[in-house]
Amino acid sequence: MTWRAGALPCWAKIRPVDLPLRTRVAALAGRAIADASRWVGAGEGSVIGGRVTLAIDQRALELMAAGHQSVAISGTNGKTTTTRLLAAALSTRGPVSTNSAGANLLPGLVSTLFRGRAGAAVALEVDEGHLAEAIAAVHPTAVVLLNLSRDQLDRFGEVRRHAADWRLALAASPGTVVVANADDPLVTWAAGACDPAADGRCGVTWVGTGQRWRADASACPNCGSRIRWTELRTDRGGVHWQCSSCPLARPLPDAWLEGGDLVLADGRRLGIRLQLPGWCNLSNAAMAVAGAMALGVDPGRAVRSMSRVRAVAGRYQVLNVSGARVRLLLAKNPAGWAEALDLLRPPPSPVVVGINAGVADGRDPSWLWDVPFDRLDGRLVVATGDRGRDLAVRLRYAEVRHTYEPDYRRAVALAATGVTARQPEVDLVANYTSFQDARRALTSGGRGG
Amino acid sequence: MVDPVAIALLYPELLGTYGDGGNAAVLAQRLRWRDIPAKVVDVHAGEAIPGGCQIYVMGGGEDAPQVLAAHELRSGSALGDAVDGGAAVLAVCAGLQVLGRRFTGEDGKAHEGLGLLDCETHRDDGARRVGEVVVTPEPYLDLPDLTGYENHGGVTTLGPSARPLGRVMVGHGNAGGDGSEGIVNGRVVGTYLHGPVLARNPALADHLLASVLGPLAPLEDLEVDVLRKERLHSARHPHMHMPQLASGWRRLLRGD
Repeated sequence: MTWRAGALPCWAKIRPVDLPLRTRVAALAGRAIADASRWVGAGEGSVIGGRVTLAIDQRALELMAAGHQSVAISGTNGKTTTTRLLAAALSTRGPVSTNSAGANLLPGLVSTLFRGRAGAAVALEVDEGHLAEAIAAVHPTAVVLLNLSRDQLDRFGEVRRHAADWRLALAASPGTVVVANADDPLVTWAAGACDPAADGRCGVTWVGTGQRWRADASACPNCGSRIRWTELRTDRGGVHWQCSSCPLARPLPDAWLEGGDLVLADGRRLGIRLQLPGWCNLSNAAMAVAGAMALGVDPGRAVRSMSRVRAVAGRYQVLNVSGARVRLLLAKNPAGWAEALDLLRPPPSPVVVGINAGVADGRDPSWLWDVPFDRLDGRLVVATGDRGRDLAVRLRYAEVRHTYEPDYRRAVALAATGVTARQPEVDLVANYTSFQDARRALTSGGRGG
Repeated sequence: MVDPVAIALLYPELLGTYGDGGNAAVLAQRLRWRDIPAKVVDVHAGEAIPGGCQIYVMGGGEDAPQVLAAHELRSGSALGDAVDGGAAVLAVCAGLQVLGRRFTGEDGKAHEGLGLLDCETHRDDGARRVGEVVVTPEPYLDLPDLTGYENHGGVTTLGPSARPLGRVMVGHGNAGGDGSEGIVNGRVVGTYLHGPVLARNPALADHLLASVLGPLAPLEDLEVDVLRKERLHSARHPHMHMPQLASGWRRLLRGD
């Protein structure tokens, strides 16, 4: 039994800033609990520690955030990756504190701020259902609003709810600079509360990402009428859209993607060369560059720093599992799957798909029917995860050759058996907690489940 | 060559939030597996509803799109005419509410429905009804227990001429205090169950198909049977899922 260096003495870690006594006590208690949690091997402890801090002092987040330059990143998909890229960009200028473990609810944010060095810039990934609270407490320097689509509807009911909550919170935080995706009508409406034309208090930097997912924005978030997409009219990196009855329309982007380049309104053109695959990551990078610029980082340096990011919390990581090369991909909702399907190796390369329905995944996997799984035709799919049976039925109706295997290691082995190459390559796509289960099972040599 | 059986999927972009479009795919596939040609016709908002389809399918949706869908449907009489002409309808969640006499939106405003089902939906102050559902169908339907997932804020009360789809064993269903779930009027079936409901309940899918096509040959549904057993068991015995609870706790402590 040994104390880890970081665990003792906890009081020594408290930053000598002029926080009120109550906050310091709250932070100290949270830190001690976090260390204890780590010590017993229960995990990183940032959530439980943050909970304790917030229980003692509800204003802890607000007080600890004061004096930091901070950026909050939120949306349905791409939060973790964008936060990682943005943190890389900010690191070109000095120390950065970020919740890289994905603890993206308020307790996780408290712990991140508390661990941060005095004067460090803070990049916070925030759960889309809690961004409003986070804005109200942190009053971040900038927020980066990525996208909103159906996900975990059992927990949040409606996607539009998030947009409405964001809008109210931004209106109440006039000093916050907003960076928003101009190709997502829900995000545009949420960010529009800060439109200088509307109230003149703060600016929005619009990014043209060329987002393709539209299924959740067919009714205008402002008035409920139909949104029209004009395929023939593309400006600045995206297809024009507008509401059929109210003035909500795609704003003219200040920065936009053209091929692999990010073009800025002043004419500068930055080549984004990532080690992360796919359009979704180009889009994440574009949002991250704009976010970094909002905090005063030079875009050229931001792009160079981001090009060194390889894997993000295990996503895109390649593991060697009993002779097979397994690439891990995360896809947790229909919009995410639309991107993941494009990243897969072509058929007949086999795929393992893991589906859970835990609290963090959403308890209702009906969304599997919104994913065009017929596109997996021509290869073997191994269904796994707590809800692998739901997936198996979905694949049966899509007439995709499949089998069900609850154990992650055996699922990978099954997928690899059909491949003749000396070192088989298998893609594993899983939703949130299934991804964690798979990663643990495949790296530890233990069983999944 | 026989004309394929046409299944219209109404307003998938407005009433398709919960994977309910899968119901149309299930119906079509179960016909094809019986060597009966079938096609799914997507009907988008702003387009006229085609007459002459054998089955019309509507799903769940969010509040504003639901009001928009009701508005679109009321602007013509195509759906009512099709039902009079012998077509079947499956309406899920928001779809059910829209087919009733009236429903209350999130804003508290009452909206007129299509009146194909004798029911009204209002909102109460309670929390949304979310979770696994088990329904024992009305005996005359001769169907096995239904499994699904509900997620709605509506309270649906049935009118005097309405027959429910079944009785709720687990979950809330219509939530009107009478223990009923769904509503049936001839070939028009409304339910709160997602899943999608026909993917988890092939007998209900075949019931709808048979209501317009007559008796059908049985199909092998082994994979669905395993899923049904798992879902029905999990809904009836939520406390028995200790492994999931334990992993939930581990996750909570680890903070992911």
